[in-house]
Amino acid sequence: MADATQTNAGASGRAPDDASGQAQDSGATGPVLAADGTPLKASLNRALRAQKLRALALIAPLLIFVLVTFIAPIVDMLFRSVENQIVSETLPRTVAELSDWEATSNTLPDDATFDALYYDLFLASEYKNHTRLGSRLNYEQTGMSSMFRRVGRDVGDFGDLYLDQFEDLDERWDEAEPWAALMAHPGYLEDAAEWRESRDADRIDPRDTPAPRFRLAPGIEDLLPKTAQAYTHYAAFMRTEEEETADEDEPWTLVSTMLYEDLMAASAADIAAYDGPMADALQTAHAAAPDFETMTRKAQFLEADDEWGNLDNWATIKVYSPSYTSGYFLTAVDMKLGADGIVSQPEDQQIYGLLFKRTLFMSMVITISCILLGYPVAWLLANLPMRSANLLMILVLLPFWTSLLVRTSAWKVMLQQQGVINDVLVWLGVVADESRLIMINNQFGTIVAMTHILLPFMILPLYSVMQTIQPSYLRAAKSLGATPFTAFWRVYFPQSVPGIGAGSILVFILAIGYYITPEIVGGTSGTFISNRIAYHISSSLNWGLAAALGTILLGAVLILYWAYDRIVGIDNVKLGG
Amino acid sequence: MKLTSAFLASTALAVAFSPAVAQEMSNEMTIVSWGGAYQRSQQEAYSKPYVEMHPEVTVTWDESSNEAVAKLRAMNEAGNITWDLVDVVAADAIRLCDEGLAMEYDPDDLLAEAPDGTSAEDDFGDLIVSDCFIPQIVYSTTFGYRTDMVGDTPPTDVCAVFDLEAYPGKRALEKRPINNMEWALYCDGVAKDEIYDVLATPEGQDQALAKLDTIKDDVIWWSAGADTPQLLADGEVVMGSTYNGRLFSVIVEQNQPVGMLWDMQVFDLDGWIIPEGLSDEELARVKDFLFFATDTQRLADQAKYISYGPARQSSAPLVGEHADLGIAMAPHMPTDPDNAKNTLLYNYEFWADYRDDIDAKFQSWLVQ
Repeated sequence: MADATQTNAGASGRAPDDASGQAQDSGATGPVLAADGTPLKASLNRALRAQKLRALALIAPLLIFVLVTFIAPIVDMLFRSVENQIVSETLPRTVAELSDWEATSNTLPDDATFDALYYDLFLASEYKNHTRLGSRLNYEQTGMSSMFRRVGRDVGDFGDLYLDQFEDLDERWDEAEPWAALMAHPGYLEDAAEWRESRDADRIDPRDTPAPRFRLAPGIEDLLPKTAQAYTHYAAFMRTEEEETADEDEPWTLVSTMLYEDLMAASAADIAAYDGPMADALQTAHAAAPDFETMTRKAQFLEADDEWGNLDNWATIKVYSPSYTSGYFLTAVDMKLGADGIVSQPEDQQIYGLLFKRTLFMSMVITISCILLGYPVAWLLANLPMRSANLLMILVLLPFWTSLLVRTSAWKVMLQQQGVINDVLVWLGVVADESRLIMINNQFGTIVAMTHILLPFMILPLYSVMQTIQPSYLRAAKSLGATPFTAFWRVYFPQSVPGIGAGSILVFILAIGYYITPEIVGGTSGTFISNRIAYHISSSLNWGLAAALGTILLGAVLILYWAYDRIVGIDNVKLGG
Repeated sequence: MKLTSAFLASTALAVAFSPAVAQEMSNEMTIVSWGGAYQRSQQEAYSKPYVEMHPEVTVTWDESSNEAVAKLRAMNEAGNITWDLVDVVAADAIRLCDEGLAMEYDPDDLLAEAPDGTSAEDDFGDLIVSDCFIPQIVYSTTFGYRTDMVGDTPPTDVCAVFDLEAYPGKRALEKRPINNMEWALYCDGVAKDEIYDVLATPEGQDQALAKLDTIKDDVIWWSAGADTPQLLADGEVVMGSTYNGRLFSVIVEQNQPVGMLWDMQVFDLDGWIIPEGLSDEELARVKDFLFFATDTQRLADQAKYISYGPARQSSAPLVGEHADLGIAMAPHMPTDPDNAKNTLLYNYEFWADYRDDIDAKFQSWLVQ
């Protein structure tokens, strides 16, 4: 809707311009009035606006279709090149704690950060988000994928240390119902029992009617704040992920760990004042807690994987904690956003600059080959009698009706070392059998195959422009004494330039984004940047980097288009007569 | 006779104990697989007999397993899962399970028992490498060579790949680090049980790449399993790696002058995953199909069409003859004792951890 009004405003903006011209002319004699007495200017504006709106309404379906199915997904995909919410969403507490920590301090983050990390990772591993975060950070720092994967397997057991000791005091600490009685509001427990009954009797579908929302027991949040928070998280997890109520399973070990911390912080008087369920167990636990065997979270993490003691890993988490990052774009230009700012990638890992240059260079070579091969063909088409021209035209169009893969594979058969061309050359004695030419799985193969595939896109615009060039011009030039070459070069060629321009833009832009043909015949030296984009989309799943590479490619094309417009002029491009 | 009665028995079993007989089941099922001979073997062994039993079911096959991980992630983000059952290699299954895109399952609940009453979990054994992965076959990536291009000394050792003097000519290797790095280290003198320890270090990765560098100019890199058989058939390469089933069809079904080099074949698994987020009806149908398609007889039947070993221990004795050629399939299985004298097992844990890192290094090495 916003676009519609904007377009309308822009369109009607021009109308007053015209009208004001008239108003100035008639300025001396006062405003010209329409038949109904309103000023002609206003009346005209209204009529024009209605017309514009009608026109807009007519194109609206197409406009909306293009916006929704084409522009929006592309913008969404390109936007991924800067998006980086995954770190702060998966590790919110850790990221907050890390804001005070500097990688340059050369010390590991403090215990509070490790406590926050434990809480975040426990939740993440339950929701299975941690490996996804690990893959994300692994793009920036080698080894972080394994670090998160390993700790995800262990982090659930960190709390066993406390759970076991609670259990030794009182068996009930390892049971679902006593915990629920302690933490949950009696009203919740009633609702939960009722919901379970209808679920077990198949009266409701847990997907449509989720379990009742969890409510904490009154006062428990003041007494045991951390435990209450952890238990609430647990209950929410049971409700959405397991489709069960909180009292159907014993809570996470995270909850036991938090209980230990709460008990250590709580005063004996507060605990003694509590008289709800499990009051006796709480008092026993409170008395015993100071003698519990403990271990700092830092020690637990380092025991699980000593990579957590590596400052580089922590620096990476900190550098990539903001919601938006330039990291993908930097990677796309062979740089790296590290703890000490932006640095170049090591020499043996720089590939994107090379691939961008190669893509542009090869696309240009392909475009020039298409001009050289397509120009004479188009000239023939335009100058032959209609019947033979039509026959030739079918030959030009024939490749369009053949699958791209078939055409590419055919080139494989032609060019490979045991292929048709080499066989003929060996038979003719031009090359020896041992030294057959290598014409495929390299740049040459890509250029040949792509020139062939893209040739019709050059011939067709050239042909349609050449058709409009009057043969009499050439005859006139010759009759005035020009040699055939001068006549062609000074008279014919300049008139065909718009066709070359249109063909070149088509071929170049298509070539720059090609990937199937280079993938099949390009080997390692003939691959394009688009092959890397495809790789990152479908194999490495690094969509952010793929989006950054795609954005740069799009930018490069737009700049070239702009440059073309400045040098040749886009009005000089003709796709048809 | 014995086979027939086993077939009847297991069919009866499947019908009687199908886990979701009473439930509403969707009548359309989209199964994703690899295309080619492999998918055909699945159609012959699993889906055709299943549809005969349940004529109301329409099965659509989608040949997208190659890009299954990316597509499933995209579907998940769009909130619209259009696949019901996806065939992936074990490494991808682990990844999908990690990302929460594949459903965890309980083997004894979902899968049929062996005919002798062994539970499904024991029958599949260690091959259930992930909580989401339902194994189907054991395959291997190994080398084939042109028998007419190696003179009188056909290679018996995988290091022939790195020996340009004895076996000049091009080689076909897969365009990814997995397997190639292991072979390179092994042929560079690293002991077999230390390969992954070495490969975990940057020096070890450089060592493997340096070894690959010695043959880099003579390598054609393939990305589709059909490439190597074609290159071998054309005589473009003297040897090349690919899946053993592809080599089987070049050698046995197409009678090309190609030989198998089983040395240091790398075992890998392929199987099913159920995407997370199916509706109850779709899930009920998929479970019903899986119960049937992964039973002992069905897995053994698949081996009639392709030379991959069934993932159930109880299926192995039932492996018979090729459906068209009538030759015994057992000697062509990667797990046959004669073929499995020196093998490597794909290290899922290692590659799940190091895939991103080593891949980045390998790919930049490739384009340099």
